[in-house]
Amino acid sequence: MITKRIIPCLDVKDGRVVKGVNFGGLKDVNSPVDLAGYYSDNGADELVFYDITASSDGRRIFTDILKETARRVFIPLTVGGGINTLDDFDRVLKCGADKVSVNSGAIRDPGLIYEAAKRYGSQCVVLSADVKRVNGNFRVYAKGGRIDTGLDAIEWIKRGAGNGAGEIVLNSIDTDGVKNGFDIEMLAAVCEVVNVPVIASGGAGNIRHFTDLFKTLPKVDAGLAASIFHFGEVDIKDLKAEMKKNGIITRI
Amino acid sequence: MIAIIDYGVGNLFSLQSSFAAIGEEASVTGDKKVIEKADRLILPGVGAFGDAAAKLRDTGLDTVVKEQAASGKPLLGICLGMQLLFDKSFEFGEYEGLGLIKGSVKPIKDVIDPGLKIPHIGWNSLIFKKESPLFKYNENGDFVYFVHSYYAADCGENVIATTEYGAELTAAVADKNVFGAQFHPEKSGKTGLKMLKAFCEVQI
Repeated sequence: MITKRIIPCLDVKDGRVVKGVNFGGLKDVNSPVDLAGYYSDNGADELVFYDITASSDGRRIFTDILKETARRVFIPLTVGGGINTLDDFDRVLKCGADKVSVNSGAIRDPGLIYEAAKRYGSQCVVLSADVKRVNGNFRVYAKGGRIDTGLDAIEWIKRGAGNGAGEIVLNSIDTDGVKNGFDIEMLAAVCEVVNVPVIASGGAGNIRHFTDLFKTLPKVDAGLAASIFHFGEVDIKDLKAEMKKNGIITRI
Repeated sequence: MIAIIDYGVGNLFSLQSSFAAIGEEASVTGDKKVIEKADRLILPGVGAFGDAAAKLRDTGLDTVVKEQAASGKPLLGICLGMQLLFDKSFEFGEYEGLGLIKGSVKPIKDVIDPGLKIPHIGWNSLIFKKESPLFKYNENGDFVYFVHSYYAADCGENVIATTEYGAELTAAVADKNVFGAQFHPEKSGKTGLKMLKAFCEVQI
């Protein structure tokens, strides 16, 4: 049977990996190429690269880094950040990305998911949503979690999957950086409405958070995290051994 | 030299990098002469069957691939490239394939539980059905990376491995010098690289 996936996420700015806590306070961690190669050789099932560069210079550096990374990495590679048009899809796919993740770009242009899925196939299009509770409702945030779009997250994600997004990355702003576990309630609400893979993001602080996630919500396909992997707080091999012990199907 | 056949579908960058990683020279090419000179061929592919089959025909490479396969040269089709090896596909209509391996391509949704997600995407384990030189360095149960919504049916004796996803789906096929993998060896970590290495050593 198909395995649950463990996905390290690398936020890349000006050619370096950074990870903010609650989207603030960036800290330089490592070279993206070396880190990606390390993960590819040490049990990661997939990698996500987020380009958090704002300048065109930074974007050029990112594209070069991506090419170099794709040469070293033999597991699926998803790229996100700054994806606003089909040309952006083209740019990163040509550099070796396997999937492209859209977030704010899909909010600005709701036709983007449909057009991209038509051209590259649903398997290539990932909808990434930053979601936060506002007065008891789940709301979509844009611009790296800074702006409340007013969109209802459940409706938004359902529509995205309907338009052809082949996977959903659900990042809970409420649990991100808190290291107190994934946002089970929010994930359950999303799993209820879509029949494409859902990737949980935001809140993992230790191994048990992953085993709890997969045991509580068998419909979740993957767990994504960043700093706990980059800083060595959770070793992917230990994590997978523990998943296996808990009867969760995993690739060892 | 390995020729990765370029007929205008998909990104061939990772395939080329994979061969570089195992120390094999591979060239991405749509040039008939280069393909004829190559020792082994890779037929890649992503997207829809109808489009890909049309592109292969429009470039005239369908004939080249058939001739080369008939000459006994090792050929490996990957993902949609594997599906193209069969007689026909029922993806959005009915299309002719290369007819190099007996079988047809059908929707996964017709054979699995409706609760299961489609595409079948992620890491799944191989169930070996037959010995094959392609598996020289691999073990039964190895995990490989799949992304597909259609599967190869009616392949009979040519199935060399399957995978379990609500039903037993064809994972790999072989008929003499022609091989096909539904999964992506170039995205399957060390397991996949070992398989590409084995393909580079296939002697027919």
